[in-house]
Amino acid sequence: MEELIFGKLSFHDIPYDNPIIMATLGGSSMLLLCIGILITYHGKWSYLWREWFTSVDHKRVGVMYIVLAMVMLLRGFADALLMRTQQALAEGGAQGYLPPDHYNQIFSAHGTIMIIFVAMPFFIGLMNIIVPLQIGARDVAYPFLNSVSFWLTASSGALVMLSLGLGNFSHAGWSGYPPLSEKHYSPGPGVDYWIWGLQLGGVGTLMTGINFFVTILRLRAPGMTMMKLPIFSWAILVTNVLIMLSFPVLTVTLALLAMDRYLGMHFFTNHMGGNLMMFTNLFWIWGHPEVYIVILPAFGMFSEISATFSRKPLFGYTSMVYASVAISTLSFVVWLHHFFTMGAGANVNAFFGIATMVIAVPTGVKVFNWLFTFYRGRIEFTTPVLWTLGFIITFCIGGMTGVLLSVPAADFQLHNSEFLIAHFHNMLIPGAMFGYFAGYTYWFPKVFGFKLNEKWGRLAFWLWIVGFYLAFMPLYALGFMGMSRRLVHYDNTHWQPYLVIALAGTILIMGGIVCQIVQLAVSMRHRDALRDTTGDPWDGRTLEWSVPSPPPAYNFAHIPQVTHRDEFTALKKSGRVAAVLPYLPIHMPCNSILGPIIGGLTFTLGFALVWYIWWLATVSLVAIIGAVIARSWNQHTEYEIPALEVAAMERALRHPPVTSAATAPPSPLAFEH
Amino acid sequence: MSATTSLTHTAEADAVSRASFGFWLYLMTDCVLFAALFATYAVLHQNYAGGPNGKALFDLPYVFAETVLLLLSSTTIGLAMIALQRQVATRLVQWLLVTALLGCGFIGMELHEFAHLVAEGHGPQRSGFLSAFFTLVGTHGLHVTVGLIWMINMLVQVRLRGISLPVQSRLIRLSLFWHFLDLIWIGVFTVVYLMGVSA
Repeated sequence: MEELIFGKLSFHDIPYDNPIIMATLGGSSMLLLCIGILITYHGKWSYLWREWFTSVDHKRVGVMYIVLAMVMLLRGFADALLMRTQQALAEGGAQGYLPPDHYNQIFSAHGTIMIIFVAMPFFIGLMNIIVPLQIGARDVAYPFLNSVSFWLTASSGALVMLSLGLGNFSHAGWSGYPPLSEKHYSPGPGVDYWIWGLQLGGVGTLMTGINFFVTILRLRAPGMTMMKLPIFSWAILVTNVLIMLSFPVLTVTLALLAMDRYLGMHFFTNHMGGNLMMFTNLFWIWGHPEVYIVILPAFGMFSEISATFSRKPLFGYTSMVYASVAISTLSFVVWLHHFFTMGAGANVNAFFGIATMVIAVPTGVKVFNWLFTFYRGRIEFTTPVLWTLGFIITFCIGGMTGVLLSVPAADFQLHNSEFLIAHFHNMLIPGAMFGYFAGYTYWFPKVFGFKLNEKWGRLAFWLWIVGFYLAFMPLYALGFMGMSRRLVHYDNTHWQPYLVIALAGTILIMGGIVCQIVQLAVSMRHRDALRDTTGDPWDGRTLEWSVPSPPPAYNFAHIPQVTHRDEFTALKKSGRVAAVLPYLPIHMPCNSILGPIIGGLTFTLGFALVWYIWWLATVSLVAIIGAVIARSWNQHTEYEIPALEVAAMERALRHPPVTSAATAPPSPLAFEH
Repeated sequence: MSATTSLTHTAEADAVSRASFGFWLYLMTDCVLFAALFATYAVLHQNYAGGPNGKALFDLPYVFAETVLLLLSSTTIGLAMIALQRQVATRLVQWLLVTALLGCGFIGMELHEFAHLVAEGHGPQRSGFLSAFFTLVGTHGLHVTVGLIWMINMLVQVRLRGISLPVQSRLIRLSLFWHFLDLIWIGVFTVVYLMGVSA
């Protein structure tokens, strides 16, 4: 009976015996409680619910994505710090302070969280905010779906976080290879948390991919042909093609593993006709494009930033576009380089090795384009530019070690060693995180109406980059010295000094993160001094800078007519006087409570599946279907902002009036052609 | 006044076309999903683990009858779409009902086949081959079931709301979905059953 109601869940699943987890749990519950009390004290719950949680406005959804990413970054970084400390200590007779089973969960959680719940929501948040503004649209193609996507991601993030205090997380690595991840070797709920955390969030990401692909293709302002599309939006377009082509494979892979675990099937088992290498292949058919899914958007951000702060058009726009497309195509034919040691044979390995090296070519094209964009530009060394320059140098080093690894013979030596760990952190930290930090600093004033503090931003950058080199360069050496990844303990005394240096680097990175938190607090405190009243704080080149900061809900009172690639720069240069266009009523999508409701139900569905609580899983699934059907019966999904209200809002946002000739306040976007 | 009506009218038509475009993209992602399942089946299709193979298990005439039901339902949903174009609600409802019945027949036959296999001891736990078989065919069946739930919802909407523009838009997508599943089934029938029996 108890099993019928609670499944496998019992009070023994709370890890009382692990002081580290209990302290973390205590700390984070206190923090959550404090935030809850603060919100209640200020009476902000209904504001949050009305204006944020139920919002379908792409800018609001984007901000929520980024908040999620930042919270998860703290968690993922805490994991990194724990691991680095353990490895710095656990040499010879010393065992360190982490029990092996806990350590295994930490490295699995670190990878899963950093890729799926930090990198993904961070760039999806930025693209949510910026893409519609860049292409002159009022919202995304399917605003409601967008809200559902966010809530699916958030609820699967919550599921992964829950594993900390209830049961445990997977110990099978972020890639969850069978047979270790099979029921026989991992009977607990850990792998199930991993499966459903990835699976449910993955569905949300897939819907986002479709949403933004349609948004970019269908909602561009008139005149914005594909080769006039701002380069960040191009990067996003290509990224979303990758999402649409690769995420279904992840869905299948995880579903098959779940079939093995829940229904006793034999896809990846050792016996009865299973084939465990099939998991590895399927996983990386998704996993390698995934790398480019998180890196290409950052490339787009670097492109925007290098052009804006060099006061020049982007060098080689066309080649940049083709390079993105080439990278995305090639990203589907390199998956096998993650396991050259499978033994596919010399010819197969040679093909995948060469395909991997070829990716360096379009990537190199991009690097040269950025350099030539800066060349002879009037460079302003703002924080976003520092991140960009730091990225170019560091990323090139990572790219070169990648070419080393792409040689199958070398890979046989370096496979699963610390060299590999150093390599992919060397790609993803500058290639993704530096880009997102640059984009976050660059577009922050557009979203909130004030700039971020430069001094703390620079300090954060320097701590991050110095910390990065200290933390990861020693790992290259350790790889050559034969240290394999994921070690909880080692006997080789020669490794310890390198690992201590790596720990020192990680502490510097922690300093960088603290600076970023301080930067946010300081900037909020001094927001009046940092206020952006023009909507164009950096002398930007693309349409997002032509609207006020923060933009009104409808973004553009008049949809712009585009004639140039750098449309806003062209408008500013031409100095044409705005014509007085009458304001028209604007139709906008209504908020919907179904987004958070479906997210909540998805959370209970995942929770029930992890703990084998079948009645709850059934109820949640039926309720989700019910919510979707209910949505199809809702006839009031749009509301109208009357013309007078639009006029009043524009007047309020665009002070002082841009032209004097006009009697009515004109919209500066409505230029005569 | 007339200017604003025509404006909202094109906006609505835009929304319908946008929804169809997005749905096409969803179908393409579903295509990738089935491609992965077909690939899995291809890898495991001879991993019998001492159990039975397709030749011993599949009843081709039975599956052919199943196939006929599904192919017929594709025709009838096509007829429903013609009725939709002519805006004849009663005819539309009739053809949708016939389609739903054929779909239910297909699902019923498939469930019967599965139950029969499991009862004989040839369930998905028996071998890698059978795991792949049940999962590939079952995923298609799950899609058809979702299509049926959708169809019932649409039948009620047509009855209560008439052929409004949103209803029309949903019906167009439902028909796309239904034809897509037919196409996938042709792949399943060929790769799993025909090739399984001849192997």
